[in-house]
Amino acid sequence: MRYLIFVIALLGAPQVVFAAGGSDVQLDEVDIDLRDKESLRNGAKLFVDYCLNCHAAALMRYSRIGQDLGMSEEEVITELMPAGGKIGDTMTVVMQPEEAAEWFGIAPPDLSVLTRVRGADWVYTYLRAFYRDDSRPWGVNNAVFKDVAMPHALWELQGLQEAKVETHVDADGHERETITGFTLVEQGSMSPEAYDAAMRDLVNFMVYLSEPSKLQRLELGKWVLGFLFVFFILAYLLKKEYWKDIR
Amino acid sequence: MSNRLSDRLLSLRDWVDARFPLMHLWEDHLTKYYAPKNLNFWYYFGSLALLVLVIQIVTGIFLTMNYKPTAETAFASVEYIMRDVNWGWLIRYLHSTGASFFFIVVYLHMFRGLLYGSYRGPRELLWVIGMGLFVVLMAEAFMGYLLPWGQMSFWGAQVIISLFGAIPYIGEDLALWIRGDYVVADATLNRFFAFHVIAAPLVLIGLVVLHIVALHSVGSNNPDGIEIKDKKGPDGVPLDGIPFHPYYTVKDLVGVAGFLLIFAAVVFYAPEMGGYALEKDNFTPADPLKTPEHIAPVWYFTPFYAILRAVPDKFLGVLAMGAAILVLFLLPWLDRSPVKSVRQRGTLFKVILGVFVVSFISLAYLGTVPATPIATLFSRIFTVLYFAFFLLMPFYSRWDKTKPVPERVTFK
Repeated sequence: MRYLIFVIALLGAPQVVFAAGGSDVQLDEVDIDLRDKESLRNGAKLFVDYCLNCHAAALMRYSRIGQDLGMSEEEVITELMPAGGKIGDTMTVVMQPEEAAEWFGIAPPDLSVLTRVRGADWVYTYLRAFYRDDSRPWGVNNAVFKDVAMPHALWELQGLQEAKVETHVDADGHERETITGFTLVEQGSMSPEAYDAAMRDLVNFMVYLSEPSKLQRLELGKWVLGFLFVFFILAYLLKKEYWKDIR
Repeated sequence: MSNRLSDRLLSLRDWVDARFPLMHLWEDHLTKYYAPKNLNFWYYFGSLALLVLVIQIVTGIFLTMNYKPTAETAFASVEYIMRDVNWGWLIRYLHSTGASFFFIVVYLHMFRGLLYGSYRGPRELLWVIGMGLFVVLMAEAFMGYLLPWGQMSFWGAQVIISLFGAIPYIGEDLALWIRGDYVVADATLNRFFAFHVIAAPLVLIGLVVLHIVALHSVGSNNPDGIEIKDKKGPDGVPLDGIPFHPYYTVKDLVGVAGFLLIFAAVVFYAPEMGGYALEKDNFTPADPLKTPEHIAPVWYFTPFYAILRAVPDKFLGVLAMGAAILVLFLLPWLDRSPVKSVRQRGTLFKVILGVFVVSFISLAYLGTVPATPIATLFSRIFTVLYFAFFLLMPFYSRWDKTKPVPERVTFK
């Protein structure tokens, strides 16, 4: 066994070489708290008002949001749903994918499980990384998702920012531009702090949206592990009792 | 009252026993099946593999009730299970986590065989049946992974099936025949569903029965590599053997509890296993027009995938990958050591076994990362080491200095 461990340690060392590099833009960390119902409800409203015009979340039902976020059917219907919808409806959009592809160049993706693909930090940073770029069809670009087809849907809240660009020479001798930050050039209806807080609520909701059963999962897990721990102790004592005769 | 009840139950047993070998089976496989008393930690993984098989079958049955195997509906039906089906999320996570744990348990079970020479005579067939189980399990897992119809499901299947296309002459037609279409499509999903839920599990269960029948015929090996049947008492019971029931049933129960603790911790607190069990890209529906940046199979296939990529020629790569699995079947005949267990083997074998373990784990890692020149170089080195372990075994296993085999098993 000593030899095994020695050889494993020796040969394992070169693996460190492969430690992967990250992407260009440093993602900002977002504080996700699925127990914060206030934040989730605010996020749900933002989601419905600003995302759901183009993006669907067709795998999610309004009724489920009501149950999980502590909203009555009444509240869900008046605050979140389009007129004439039924409480059991899924979060679809009127816009047809073909039309959307014509307008934006690409159909806006369904957001039902988006944070499980991109991660919460990515979405949080992305929503705060639009900047003016007159060469783009919608006049904006994104530092996290370069040349994204999406317009800045939340510009009236955030306002418009310009990117601070630094030029430096990389290892291969090529000039590269990196975005180091943003300056607000046009005031939105929210202060930068309020906008960050709103985006935190929105991403919080989108994390919930990606896995509505997560709270239930974390809650139940404690009891299951507790039970199994007791079961383990009892099984061990039973085994010891039986095996004490074996010599 | 209780006396009369137990009398009744006994007479029921006798009634059945007169028509079916109930007591005979019970004694042969449990109360009078004698297992070595020195089985250690490594011997938990056989019964645990059986437990995971049961978990997979039971959760699989419930998933089948709500899953819809068409390209149009598959992805959404999995999310439907996660959201709208009562306890659907739990059943799905048990099944997806179960797949990864199946391979963890089986790899450890196989490593136990390597450590203690469990594949050596008279257990060659037992090992070969076990290897058959491993191959069918890989097919089962591969086809199951297509079913959620995410990007990784689709492109993983696309890459692996296209490997068949590398076979000369018949390759392209063979790949077409497997897919039922020119690309992975609805037809592929349907047939993989059929294989995943009925064909492969039937073969799996059949092989498990054969595996256990063979095991109970030759008896368990043990960490000392001694045949306990060579030394029997006057009553015909091996001196170092103890009845499987109750001793190993209660011991395996401890293993089950310990396993379930770890398993449940993953199911409830890390069902994605850091993106290795449920990959991020698989939360995007399959899109035949958009290739993901980096396609890698699920972690349990990556050692073999790394071997495939290490070979510059595609067809030779496929052959190398196949050979990496098939060579395991030959293990009983490659090992020429006079002893079975690592406990009596010399330094040479221990070092080489250590190198093999590192090679296997490194290949598993390298199979998950993009094929950069340095990664490919290391993949090649570890591929050579992987094969060297097997192909040089007839030599080093004989040259190795071994210790004498003890008379009786060691038991504290």
